[in-house]
Amino acid sequence: MTTTGKIAAVNGNMITVVFDGAVAQNEVGYAVCGDKRLMAEIVRVRGTRCDMQVFDATSDLMVDDKVEFTGEMLAAELGPGLLAQVYDGLQNPLAELAEEAGKISRDAAYFLQRGMYLPGLPRDIKWDWHPTAEIGSRVMAGDFLGWVPEGIFDGEKLPGHKIMVPFSFRGVYTVKSLAPAGAYTVTETIAVLEPVAGESSSAQNAQSVEVQMLQRWPVKVPIKCFSERLAPEETLETTVRTIDTFFPVAVGGTYCVPGPFGAGKTVLQQTTARYAKVDVVISAACGERAGEVVETLKEFPEIVDPKTGQSLMKRTIIICNTSSMPVASREASVYTAVTLAEYFRQMGLDVLVLADSTSRWAQAMRELSGRLEEIPGEEAFPAYLESRIAAFYERAGRVRLRDGSTGSVTIGGTVSPAGGNFDEPVTQATLKVVGGFHGLSRARSDARRYPAIDPLDSWSHYAPVIERARVEAARSILRKGNEVGQMMKVVGEEGTSQEDFVTYLKAEFIDAVYLQQNAFSDSDATTPVERQRIMFSVMEKALVAAFAFADKVEARHFFMDLRQSFIDWNDKPFNSDEFAAGKATLEEKIASATK
Amino acid sequence: MFNNRIYHKIDALSGSVATLRAEGVKYGEIAEVESRAGTSLAQVIKLDGPNVTLQIFAGARGVDTAAKVRFLGEPMKVPFSDALLGRAFSGSCVPRDGGPQIHGTPSPIGQPSVNPAKRIMPNRMVRTNIPMIDLFNSLVVSQKLPIFAKAGEPYNDLLARIALQANSDVIVIGGMGMKHDEYLRLRSMLDESGALAKTTMFIHTAADPTVECVLVPDVSLAVAEKFALEGKDVLVLLTDMTSFADAMKEIAITMEQIPSNRGYPGDLYSQLASRYEKAVDFDGAGSITILAVTTMPGDDVTHPVPDNTGYITEGQFYLRGGRIEPFGSLSRLKQQVNKNTREDHRTVMDAMIKLYAQFKETVEKQSMGFKMSDWDEKLLKYGEDFEKNMMDLSVNIPLEEALDLGWKILADNFEKGEVGIPSKLADKFWPGG
Repeated sequence: MTTTGKIAAVNGNMITVVFDGAVAQNEVGYAVCGDKRLMAEIVRVRGTRCDMQVFDATSDLMVDDKVEFTGEMLAAELGPGLLAQVYDGLQNPLAELAEEAGKISRDAAYFLQRGMYLPGLPRDIKWDWHPTAEIGSRVMAGDFLGWVPEGIFDGEKLPGHKIMVPFSFRGVYTVKSLAPAGAYTVTETIAVLEPVAGESSSAQNAQSVEVQMLQRWPVKVPIKCFSERLAPEETLETTVRTIDTFFPVAVGGTYCVPGPFGAGKTVLQQTTARYAKVDVVISAACGERAGEVVETLKEFPEIVDPKTGQSLMKRTIIICNTSSMPVASREASVYTAVTLAEYFRQMGLDVLVLADSTSRWAQAMRELSGRLEEIPGEEAFPAYLESRIAAFYERAGRVRLRDGSTGSVTIGGTVSPAGGNFDEPVTQATLKVVGGFHGLSRARSDARRYPAIDPLDSWSHYAPVIERARVEAARSILRKGNEVGQMMKVVGEEGTSQEDFVTYLKAEFIDAVYLQQNAFSDSDATTPVERQRIMFSVMEKALVAAFAFADKVEARHFFMDLRQSFIDWNDKPFNSDEFAAGKATLEEKIASATK
Repeated sequence: MFNNRIYHKIDALSGSVATLRAEGVKYGEIAEVESRAGTSLAQVIKLDGPNVTLQIFAGARGVDTAAKVRFLGEPMKVPFSDALLGRAFSGSCVPRDGGPQIHGTPSPIGQPSVNPAKRIMPNRMVRTNIPMIDLFNSLVVSQKLPIFAKAGEPYNDLLARIALQANSDVIVIGGMGMKHDEYLRLRSMLDESGALAKTTMFIHTAADPTVECVLVPDVSLAVAEKFALEGKDVLVLLTDMTSFADAMKEIAITMEQIPSNRGYPGDLYSQLASRYEKAVDFDGAGSITILAVTTMPGDDVTHPVPDNTGYITEGQFYLRGGRIEPFGSLSRLKQQVNKNTREDHRTVMDAMIKLYAQFKETVEKQSMGFKMSDWDEKLLKYGEDFEKNMMDLSVNIPLEEALDLGWKILADNFEKGEVGIPSKLADKFWPGG
């Protein structure tokens, strides 16, 4: 019997409901408002009253309005049809919402209609089912039963979209029957499993279970159908030079990008979403600008992914809960994103989750906490802020699946600290749990030095693509050059020794030709690791060289000229004749100025 | 059946908020409060069992416990019609220009968010003929952009100038916490240029009730949205959003909400965002472009209001000393349009700003009494040239002329190889080859 309740109070997006029967924490219910049903989630239970956050505007709700509980937690739909979708935080497909709303009126199609929810996976598409499991074999949750071709996962160049034993199945089952190869929708049965007596918790009703391609999983619970967690060792190639060379990200690792507004967080995330060498990218626009999402929406389908030769959108899922969309679904959006990522990880794929911005997610928690009148912590954030952030990043990782293959979820989150000051609760809680810190600085962005990743403050625990010692040598020049630069502001150029001055110029040189990368230039926006290695070794020559300059004017002039040639070289297509010629010119220039 | 329910007893009054016992009340609906203080509209902001909390638009001052409260059964609506053009109203849509009340299609305010899938990529540049905007930070149709300024800067003049020079179909002005003479001046500026006929104003002056201040952006944007759906390009000017945030703070504190940062409510970001995100280019209809003023108390950009705003809007203009500062000022959408203007646009923009940054450093060195190198001397001359001929707000030239001027300023002060411009472009555009 389903539980029902009645509204006792309405305050913003929070309602208090008096219920009969049993309810669970985080259970989903619907508040009935005229002909609309508004989705809500239980966030606190006290006696026969529970507080629910409503995933929509609460206007027109009245005291004594009915609430129907579903008995289920907020869940995501998993199965074929996820790729290339654009969802809101609750996994409603946005294009379909617009189409559905268009049935009301032309103008209605432009807006997100209250109480309108649609299934996350298309029900009408028939997928070309290829069974692979053996009849009679013993399987557990997450084991493969077969596959269907979906987009780039066509089963030829890349393995197909694997259909798995639903993650919610506990214990061991035997495969009783499999549907023959053919076309099926996500809701048609493709396998029948039989619980093994004594080894399955559902053995009490030891009946066979029918399995469909579609399965549901509560978004706030991590999927754990793997045999072990592995250390993140391999470097994830982002083709952003500062990141790969200086502050690398590992496959299955975590990193954060805090920065004040206008420092280029979103552009950096977009560049990463485009060029990172992973199988699937899940981009969660959480409480950010709609305009930026639209950019991705319209541009990605046009961009060809060099790896697959197909549209970049085919490897991308966008979760888009922009700042003006309901706060409660913003809170859910990052969980939806990471749940979809875990699903693809279970197929043995490398998935990158980009959350922009985790501060907006934290603020959603703060708004909710305020409405619940909980005792506030620092800056009115709830006391559980840190543990929630930690638990979210812990869902990243590289795992060995039960068939021996590996899959991974890498999480990169931006942080938007108030006033650009990193000494605030969200940044600090995040720094404690991530493996890489790409701090963006206002000073760099003001000087148009993009990406504005601060080369001195940032850090990473992961292995870079170039030997650490060489990278450290370059970094120490950056550090020293910065010191000289600071000193020069006090003692002036004349008070600086020739040697220090050259160090300063070298640091500026690294910055100008290597750290700075133009995200809007076709050739410079992406630098494959191979090219980074060549660039780095040419640059290194200028860093270690003992130059014979007569005076500072000559030194400055030399580096200006070298910088110009290097920037021109960066514009040349990789492995072209011009590229080789540019390299030779640079090496010659450096050699001729050396003592 | 619930319409026209009338109650005569108010249990509690605090700030602009009244609480009474009533039945069958909808969350968010509007009521009419008639008391010794006069008649005002009010909105339901909380339901708790039989207790209904109302926010009275005209404030609770003078409202007596025996006031007559009539629930209207529907949310706040603004009458929409073309007759709104050329007129001025208060935050609760009462004419403030002596003209008649408008009777139009009642349109609810604070409607749901636009579906991101129905937006189109902004790609139309708004030409303002101000080089610091057109060349360095191009404004784009459907952009939301605040002007950050400290009190006393001529921000309303800049706002008016952009409004007059930008070619929009309709202008909606939302004034919050305005001085009455500022309102009159703005109005006469629009009148003189003939733009008043396409303008609707919703003005809250500092003397008006606080709650009406909070209503101004919603009312302005609801009207703008209606015009945009009719296919019009609408420019919305909101001044000053800091007054709006302060009004929200005042109300939140009287409501005993837990403040988050410097007394502002925890949902300040969401509140600001839901207004700014109304900026849109509709797929198949018109557009809304929002230019707002955010005054920075103490010229501090880390103050919660400018700080949260910066995270929401697509860039910001810093107005300092009567000039648009090149540092910090940013139009996030400029990349969408400046690739289609002239091939040298981006390069000139980047090169000039980088050199101007170096000029600033040199000025600092100079003020500390250091010897100036030849390079420093060049930078100093360049900086002065740039500030005088490009940055000054009185410069009023189209983008193409501004680009030519940029090359001229560079060539007057530097050698071709010194400006960090790829040789290919420099060869083509450098004055004198």
